[in-house]
Amino acid sequence: MNTNVETFKYDNRIVRAFAIATIVWGVVGMAVGLLAAVQLFLPEANLNLQFITFGRIRPLHTNAVIFAFVGNGMFTGIYYSLQRLCKARMFSDFLSWFNFWGWQLIIVSAALTLPLGFTTSKEYAELEWPIDIAITVVWVAFAVNLFGTIVKRREQHMYVAIWFYIATVVTIAVLHIVNSMEMPWSGLKSYSMYAGVQDALVQWWYGHNAVAFFLTTPYLGLMYYFLPKAANRPVFSYRLSVIHFWALIFLYIWAGPHHLLYTALPDWAQSLGMLFSLMLIAPSWGGTLNGLLTLRGAWDKVRQDPMLKFMVAAVTAYGMATLEGPALSIKSVNSLSHYTDWTVAHAHTGALGWNGFLTFSMLYWLFPVLYRTKLWSVKLANYHFWISLLGVIFYVIPIYIAGVTEGLMWKQFTKDGFLQYPNFLETIVQVVPMFRLRAIGGTLYILGVLLMVYNLYRTAKSGKFEPDTVAQAAPRANHAAVAGKTTFHRLLEGKPLFFTVLAVVAILIGGIVEVIPMYLIKENVPTIASVKPYTPLEVMGRDIYIREGCLGCHSQMIRPFRSETERYGEYSKAGEFVYDHPFLWGSERKGPDLAREGGRYPDAWHFNHMDDPRSTSPGSIMPRYSWLLTQPLDTNSLPARLKALRKVGVPYPAGYENGPAQKDLVAQATRVVQNLKQGAVTAESDREIIALIAYLQRLGTDIKPAPAAAAAPSSFE
Amino acid sequence: MSVILILILASLGVAVAFLVGFIWAVRNGQYEDTCTPAMRMLADEPAEKSPPPISKTKPSNP
Repeated sequence: MNTNVETFKYDNRIVRAFAIATIVWGVVGMAVGLLAAVQLFLPEANLNLQFITFGRIRPLHTNAVIFAFVGNGMFTGIYYSLQRLCKARMFSDFLSWFNFWGWQLIIVSAALTLPLGFTTSKEYAELEWPIDIAITVVWVAFAVNLFGTIVKRREQHMYVAIWFYIATVVTIAVLHIVNSMEMPWSGLKSYSMYAGVQDALVQWWYGHNAVAFFLTTPYLGLMYYFLPKAANRPVFSYRLSVIHFWALIFLYIWAGPHHLLYTALPDWAQSLGMLFSLMLIAPSWGGTLNGLLTLRGAWDKVRQDPMLKFMVAAVTAYGMATLEGPALSIKSVNSLSHYTDWTVAHAHTGALGWNGFLTFSMLYWLFPVLYRTKLWSVKLANYHFWISLLGVIFYVIPIYIAGVTEGLMWKQFTKDGFLQYPNFLETIVQVVPMFRLRAIGGTLYILGVLLMVYNLYRTAKSGKFEPDTVAQAAPRANHAAVAGKTTFHRLLEGKPLFFTVLAVVAILIGGIVEVIPMYLIKENVPTIASVKPYTPLEVMGRDIYIREGCLGCHSQMIRPFRSETERYGEYSKAGEFVYDHPFLWGSERKGPDLAREGGRYPDAWHFNHMDDPRSTSPGSIMPRYSWLLTQPLDTNSLPARLKALRKVGVPYPAGYENGPAQKDLVAQATRVVQNLKQGAVTAESDREIIALIAYLQRLGTDIKPAPAAAAAPSSFE
Repeated sequence: MSVILILILASLGVAVAFLVGFIWAVRNGQYEDTCTPAMRMLADEPAEKSPPPISKTKPSNP
């Protein structure tokens, strides 16, 4: 036996810092979500301020709850449990605090840039390029800290939670770097290096795996640590937890294409995504049952302990979401559910139920431990549980109903073969009452969280914080016993080599960033001759479309179903998007698809519609965009934009941005102003609305027969 | 669709890294004992008090 026991201290300060950040950003992120939810039935709730209009705060909400709330929650749990599972203090206190302050700085910059309209438009990756670089740096610091702690651990066995943390740190790094390749054209703006279908593929490979490795694996690690701790009994089957981990890791990364079913993605890739999604049910439910069965014989504890109640609800939500996810990735189900609110409901079962409740559970357990006291009020925590559970139910059930209603109404034909609801607005008006109920659910959920904030504050007040926990453990058994087998591992433990490895990884990343865009640009050949790059005015308009977050409610991807081609026109072809940096297919329809919007309405209609959507479409829930009518178009940055687009492969002629482009822009703007005059609208040609109208009128017209041609057949008779 | 190649390579890279991790874990003897780790993690804080019992009293007893 080893008798030289070492004494060391666990760092509790960093855990407390992350815990407080979790609570603060949680409240902020959920409040922003509520504001967005209210705007879906009361568009005036934006107070006519562009900075808090739905399109801009939707990404703020998703980023805040995913990266600020769940992100800080993940760090809280990892920094607490990793030290104890490794029987070692974190590798470096400096890196811990660098991780903390760096992450908060990233969140604050997100909270500033997103309302100002600086967004890449790629979902859950909206942050612009300087922030993307900051995320990479902070994440590497976290990775070094995590691996450093694992290397210097005193416990030979790596508990299954540690493996889940490793999966998170490695995979998120790869996903973030591959998806964030962009070409800057200003200090805060850039264009995606990928175009169209390729951009869509990379984005949803990222999007799917971000859910898998940011919202799922770290929290499964936390579940395997905090659930046994709270129940004070070992996990039902440790062997099952190990199988759960390895099966999940090897299956998850291949399921991404299920976000792009029935799009221009090759069929085999769609089928592969669906197959792996279905296989995922096995490990996910293995984990769910493992969590719930841990409580066998301890259900009396669940009745008393709010922490366990939250944990049970969280694990149940995980089970439901991971059964529903594969179901939604079955192609025939997806044909109904895609673009509807069903996706939103699915996401919130996971976010409110799994991530939210597991975080609350962890916080209720951590605060008394960190402050060496009892929870101030168990009763209040129980109230929190029931109020927030009711909130989840009031949120998801109406939104499920709304989603299915939308899907069915969009597809409904009359006996005579016409669309039953040809006006898209009818289908949205139908589900607005559900949007109202959803806001009530969200309010209840936040109310519960506020009870928790007060409860935890009083708990902290009533105890005394312990900055360091003293612990004792023997150092890890000498590797001499298993020498030979582990020489490589021992080499890794030498710090110089450890950092050499990191340096090599960094250089590799640099190399990939250099090589891949070149390779892709060469491969990105236009397949449809009539598809041309956007004109300068359309480029400006497209950037406004991105800035305002239009794709939060409008898709640009017509799937090959009769219900869609009847409603929107010819289905979308991969070749139509070769100049789209980034792609703007969207994932939700709160308004109609815009892929063939060009030429559908006169310019003046768009002008009036953007000024006040209800003047042209009574009952519309679209916000007013009256500021577009007054804000001048930023033509000074046009050369920078065109140059950046040329670098990523759009074939603008050399020197086009120095003179000819400006002339083209003015000429096209003048044409739009003349068209507006015909519709009895007077407008100045240097306003943002002009560019947006030009872009909207271009959409889908490259392969769409001109109205004159459509009327032509009569002349052939 | 050439980007699929990059995504497959990146995914394969991650998968291979984890395969190496798995093989290491097995050869290292990480999974020779799949019983006691679950129990030891419960009692891994010798110098720390176990989590306090849940308060049964009301916060503000009149």
